[in-house]
Amino acid sequence: MSEQIKKFMYINRRAPYGTIYAWESLEVVLIGAAFDQDVSLAFMDDGVYQLIKGQDTSEVDMKNFSPTYQALGDYDVTKLFVEKESLEERGLTLEDLMPLTYEDEDDDWAEKASIRLVSRAELADILEQQDVIFSF
Amino acid sequence: MSTLHTVNKSPFEKSSMESCLAYAKAGSSVLLYEDGIYGAIKGTTVAEKVTAKNGVNFYVLGPDLKARGVSEDKVVDGIEIVDYAKFVTLAAENDKVQAWV
Repeated sequence: MSEQIKKFMYINRRAPYGTIYAWESLEVVLIGAAFDQDVSLAFMDDGVYQLIKGQDTSEVDMKNFSPTYQALGDYDVTKLFVEKESLEERGLTLEDLMPLTYEDEDDDWAEKASIRLVSRAELADILEQQDVIFSF
Repeated sequence: MSTLHTVNKSPFEKSSMESCLAYAKAGSSVLLYEDGIYGAIKGTTVAEKVTAKNGVNFYVLGPDLKARGVSEDKVVDGIEIVDYAKFVTLAAENDKVQAWV
């Protein structure tokens, strides 16, 4: 069987703790990372809330899974597209998000930003190029 | 008759908060918690509706802000940040609770 690399996109549109979607998405992304595909994540609508820095669940008795996003780079998940319009509508900027990075093995392990701020139109083009889309 | 209205859904995903604001009468209270806390962040169209609502007391649950990484300085002026004990007090002080789930 020929090894064909496909473009996998995971779309995140839910806030992190009110429902299980965000956590489930992370689980599936980490499992999927074992299959050596070209993986991207998109954060739009309430999904942008997943990446807010400084999450502290100590007073609500839930697991804070936000540190896991920083580990994605170690699994070669290095493209996190964040939709600009969704951030702005919610009173947020890039500075409100976790400074996620990865080490680029093709560039002497230089540390680079994983989050790529894109417009709705740009993200639409990126989605158009995907082979498989998972929705959360 | 005073009512405590509670909203626990994101105003950007569901219409719970919008309906709550449309129904809440002067003298009543609105408490935002869980994903409802996103309605308390400054600089949004939702925040404008909260600010425009006169005679209603607004509260937001601090532990849910903290869990979601929303710092207190991002909360709309006029919305009081409360803890679980105050949530209970509000429920007890009002004649009834209406949950906009």
